[in-house]
Amino acid sequence: MTVTTELELQSFVLLRLGERRFAISAKEIAELVAPSRVFRFPHRTPKLEGVILRRGRIVPVCDVSEMLLGKRMTSRRFYLIVVRNYGAHKEWVAIPVTGECELINAEMTAAVESDAPHVAGWLSHDGDVIEVLNIDTLTPGAERALAEAAGRQRPEAQS
Amino acid sequence: MRLAAPAKTTPVKTEQIVLFRVSGQLFAISSASVQEVRSADSLSGAATEISAPGLRKVRHVLRRGDRSLFIVNGAMHFGLHAAEGAQLFVLRKTRTALLIDGIEKMTSMSRLQALPLSFCHEERQWYRGLTALDHTVLPVVHPEGFLSPEELALLDAALLQMDKPASEDPEGTGCAQ
Repeated sequence: MTVTTELELQSFVLLRLGERRFAISAKEIAELVAPSRVFRFPHRTPKLEGVILRRGRIVPVCDVSEMLLGKRMTSRRFYLIVVRNYGAHKEWVAIPVTGECELINAEMTAAVESDAPHVAGWLSHDGDVIEVLNIDTLTPGAERALAEAAGRQRPEAQS
Repeated sequence: MRLAAPAKTTPVKTEQIVLFRVSGQLFAISSASVQEVRSADSLSGAATEISAPGLRKVRHVLRRGDRSLFIVNGAMHFGLHAAEGAQLFVLRKTRTALLIDGIEKMTSMSRLQALPLSFCHEERQWYRGLTALDHTVLPVVHPEGFLSPEELALLDAALLQMDKPASEDPEGTGCAQ
């Protein structure tokens, strides 16, 4: 193996949601934890279920299954805690997953313009082509809320 | 041999809070923000009905001299199942009186964590943050988060309509019902 090839390999965590597998860059993973009690309170942010307590930290739980699979997965085996960037600020977000997670090294093909915003790239593993997820566009944040609001206002502006 | 300097102990700063329920959901508020607690029954006769377009969470106003306190139904504000509300918090330095199910207890919190940035809609105005207490997590409400400046403007306009003598409102467009 040449040095150049080694440099192109990156570590990813493969996660399972129902029948499908997705990948997240290992650099964006904080930990994998067993499901714990979700504390719920009123809010208006879609996809957020509530929060869990993890080592004294309050971590929001974001169910991405509906966005990725088109249906909600009620069963969950683990929470994959990912690091979400908000500008220079980083926060943990817990993503429910339905099966085992696996650490792999693979080469990523960058996403193209026609890919969905939540796709950071693609990788090939075990004969499957797997989406690499972009956590910052997959999970809610002020920039997404602003984009959604702009999307809602656009048709009114045209009329 | 040099001994390690003793670790400085900084006293933990705590804040007195009131835990209260709205439609079964538990919330916390700084006790310093609660000016007065009243029974909802005591409102009969003291409160006047008010109706501002698109603002269903406020149905009554309490007049106190020059001051008007808008009674916000907590369940409707948070989008919870409608509840009548048995008690009322008059919130200090606001024009809000909050209708709640009841007080759970008074306690203190030692740490208020900022609301995670994933929460990015109205809840950022509703809550000062979250606190972990007795193995549970509670939202700590913002006393000024119940009525936005725009909502207050709507309510003030409705009040003005109510105060107009009938002769100035020949079409009967007054808001009081």
